[in-house]
Amino acid sequence: MRYLPLTDADRSAMLSVIGAGSIDELFADVPAEARLTAPISGLPKHATEMAVERHMARLSANNTTAGSVPFFLGAGAYRHHVPATVDHMIQRGEFLTAYTPYQPEIAQGTLQVLFEFQTQVARLFGTDVANASLYDGSTACWEAIAMAGRITKRGRAVLSGGVHPHYVETARTMAKFTGDVLDTCAPVLEASADEDALIAKIDAQTSCVVVQYPDILGRIPDLARIAQAAQAAGALLIAVVTEPVALGVLQSPGSLGADIVVGEGQSLGVGLQFGGPYLGLFGCREKYLRQIPGRLCGETVDADGKRGFVLTLSTREQHIRREKATSNICTNSGLCALAFSIHMTLLGGSGLSNMARLSHHAARKTAAALAEVPGVTVVNNHYFNEFAVTLPRDARQIVREMADRQVLGGISLGRLYPQEDALANGMVVAATECTTDEDIAALVAALKEVLA
Amino acid sequence: MNAINPNGWRPSMGEGAPDNAIQTFTGNRALQLEEALIFELGDADRSGVDFPETGGIDMSALGPMARAERPELPGLSEPETVRHYTRLSRQNYAIDLGLFPLGSCTMKHNPRLDEKVARMPGFADVHPLQPVHTVQGALGVINELAHWLIELTGMHGVAMTPKAGAHGELCGLLCIRAALEAKGDPRDVILVPESAHGTNPATAAFAGFKVENIPATPDGRVDTAALIARLGPDVAGVMITNPNTCGLFERDLKTIADAVHAAGGYVYCDGANFNAIVGRVRPGDLGVDAMHINLHKTFSTPHGGGGPGSGPVVLSEALSPFGPLPFTARQADGSIKLIEEEQAHDEHPQAFGRMCAFHGQMGMYTRALAYILSHGADGLRQVSGDAVLNANYVLRSLEDVLDAPFGASGPCMHEALFSDDGFAEGFSTNDLAKGLIDEGYHPMTVYFPLVVHGAMLVEPTETESRAGLDQFIGAMRSLAERARAGDELLKSAPHLAPRRRLDETLAARKPKLVYKD
Amino acid sequence: MTRYFTKDHEWIAVEGDEATVGITDYAQSQLGDITFVELPAEGSEVGKGDSASVVDSVKAASDVYAPVSGKVTVANAALEDQPELVNTDPEGEGWLWKMALADTAELEGLMDEAAYQAYVAEL
Repeated sequence: MRYLPLTDADRSAMLSVIGAGSIDELFADVPAEARLTAPISGLPKHATEMAVERHMARLSANNTTAGSVPFFLGAGAYRHHVPATVDHMIQRGEFLTAYTPYQPEIAQGTLQVLFEFQTQVARLFGTDVANASLYDGSTACWEAIAMAGRITKRGRAVLSGGVHPHYVETARTMAKFTGDVLDTCAPVLEASADEDALIAKIDAQTSCVVVQYPDILGRIPDLARIAQAAQAAGALLIAVVTEPVALGVLQSPGSLGADIVVGEGQSLGVGLQFGGPYLGLFGCREKYLRQIPGRLCGETVDADGKRGFVLTLSTREQHIRREKATSNICTNSGLCALAFSIHMTLLGGSGLSNMARLSHHAARKTAAALAEVPGVTVVNNHYFNEFAVTLPRDARQIVREMADRQVLGGISLGRLYPQEDALANGMVVAATECTTDEDIAALVAALKEVLA
Repeated sequence: MNAINPNGWRPSMGEGAPDNAIQTFTGNRALQLEEALIFELGDADRSGVDFPETGGIDMSALGPMARAERPELPGLSEPETVRHYTRLSRQNYAIDLGLFPLGSCTMKHNPRLDEKVARMPGFADVHPLQPVHTVQGALGVINELAHWLIELTGMHGVAMTPKAGAHGELCGLLCIRAALEAKGDPRDVILVPESAHGTNPATAAFAGFKVENIPATPDGRVDTAALIARLGPDVAGVMITNPNTCGLFERDLKTIADAVHAAGGYVYCDGANFNAIVGRVRPGDLGVDAMHINLHKTFSTPHGGGGPGSGPVVLSEALSPFGPLPFTARQADGSIKLIEEEQAHDEHPQAFGRMCAFHGQMGMYTRALAYILSHGADGLRQVSGDAVLNANYVLRSLEDVLDAPFGASGPCMHEALFSDDGFAEGFSTNDLAKGLIDEGYHPMTVYFPLVVHGAMLVEPTETESRAGLDQFIGAMRSLAERARAGDELLKSAPHLAPRRRLDETLAARKPKLVYKD
Repeated sequence: MTRYFTKDHEWIAVEGDEATVGITDYAQSQLGDITFVELPAEGSEVGKGDSASVVDSVKAASDVYAPVSGKVTVANAALEDQPELVNTDPEGEGWLWKMALADTAELEGLMDEAAYQAYVAEL
């Protein structure tokens, strides 16, 4: 077996050092009636690299890949171009096969990357500090709600109807068990979201107000206004960013007054990967430092006075504080954070801004083309690279029929909100710098055909 | 024994100045290169990515939230970027460099086929919300891996979406909560052995349970009598790690499980150490109701310097109806159905909710599936066998120079546990661990489990050769002797790493988490 | 002023029905470098044996229990910037909080200095 270095001669020599007659003897503590005496049935025997690759390639071929067709899906996962350098660097064994950097003397590579990553995220979000990443955007969003509860000692969070429904569902699941109350605005398919309704819900029991920026339909809420209303009531504003590229051309949530900013970092460096692993981003004001969930990397010096980095403030974490830990999070999304950081380093501020401008440009052209299709209305007044349209009938079916014509044209709101019949004719459409004029023409042609 | 340097020469013995006295202009030391931060190297006008001209683009649709200036993020050209990260990578220890004996963490070889497979476009370049009929292959991977996880554990169902081990623990406990609530049973106590990993009590508390500790016996196992005596109408369940954190198999798990079930509770098994028994015993046959599997430990997905992980939870028949959304189901015609919120009402009405957006850690599923298929049923059985063989070999080769508190309890499983008993006054486990760094190894797990003083938990894994183990054993023997003799140089180790011991107190007292100009 | 000690290594210096609370020199030496002190809110009520404060070192977070019941009047703000005072002067400038005692009878059962030293010597 190619992954196992021991030969039978090694095994018997080692067994004689141990004083055991066979490997099976070493499992004597397993009760005999539960011990398997032969390989598990059903699972085939070991396979060659070639055979496994063939099997997996067959499964891979049974998908329509984003890069092979005109592609307009978003809603929290975006197809951006990732430079070849990113994947090359993250496959260096010293990054790929390293452990969590608990031995800082021989983990400065990972630690310096995390320190740089934290600084990049903080600058992008406009927050004082950021952590070394969480699982993904949805879990980061819940962690922020829980943290706001700890800070304000209040248990009622108000959520905008523009927050990604999977994020809301994740938070609702957790809140059910922690006893927090989530007061969620209903999603509406209109040009401006629910800022007035949201503000009206804020009261003296509100721990936080959660607003997605841009939101699930691509609308861009006025965070400054909501921040003011929340903070006047002693609540925190949590901004959720599922498309970090947007911040190349939009004001940062921190600069608009958000107390905690969380997000999904997948757009930069990570790729679509059918939904995971992704990258939870988390930044906040410095005064809440000791309430931050997840790992933190900090600067310090070594015994010779040289600058170095360590994981720090670990007493917040569960392996030390056990039942009093700040969260259930025990790991970060290290390799995805590395990919994000490399991509961001390659871009720089000007590159990110250009990437965002091109994405916006593609979205504008897409919106203009769709607006010309009879029966189709563009909902948004403002958007970054994603917007909603209404179609003349149930969008779920239209999306499927476009896919049959080899066009992945958008995400139906019926898929995202199966219980909301009023949204059934809605579809969200996203474009990026990868979107070509030919893609847009193919989308329009497919939609016209399906609607005809 | 194959010593690391048979003639006893050490770098400090060379003619002339000791090597750490030689100063260089750059601060570099030959292949050991110092590297500045990107904030010191780059600026926001520099970029390693070319884009078409963006000058004339009308940005008015952004509306009033548009920003005036580009973000203050430093950029580097491609060659500078490649060099920056290559230099940083060389300051890391990694499995690709050598034995990584981190007990309970299972640092074993990561097959490169798995990396190749994960990057196949049908897995890497598909969107999670594509129409289901356009992602049948990706759903097929999830379904196939789910099937094998169920087979290998002898369980009834599996929740695939938890994003890491602790997330899986939470998922399992939420299943127990949901099952109790469905019965209208208000039990709220979870029993946790005192040797448990800190995530167990933390997760139980987070899921709304009260945690009570169960003592260990002197031979390093759960006190079965004490546990059974504590069972009653308030006990929702137990969380047991098997093999446990002392590296021993909990022989009484089936007895405990039967008693817990008879008392109306559920058994959660922390599957962190499932790699030691895969293919040799199925947790389902021991009465387990829920167990998470760290795919990076048992099925060798890469650790990546701290994630991403993946923690699917296998479930018993009693708990399966409560598993979270989404999941997959194979239809009679061979197609794979995705059960999300939309379908749940009819097909999975008791789901307790959703653990995260989308479908979980797809990129880890592909790697784990390729690993399982590569090893097959016979290979996986050999994996656990060799892992246990290697650990016992280390245990028996070191127990004359290092105290092995449970050495007399019989064979260990996949990891060997030692204590600092016998070290010279003032010498600690940490000193020996830091000495390993100078010898070219990553330290073992230290000070865990808490039930052993100055614990050292060594897990060699099955992917180490006998020659590699012999060299490691030689290094460990040398260090153990230095710690017993009180070699002062050990107390300031490491001396040869890119950094010496770091001031963690300063980092925690005056946290500096971001770069400031 | 009378100083009492607990088995959990807190000290309490009492003057009338006012008192100052901190951790002992033995406790700080066991904890190592203190990196952060989470102080009780001024004005909060604490019960005897409640966790009123948390002292963090690099690798541990330790609860500090109120030796007696009462109301927290002042928390030692100097510790926010200089948590190391708990190491350098645990029974002086490194005090944690001052409180108004609810019931001086609760002081009975605490140890005096000699009894505490004897208790520590046994550990």
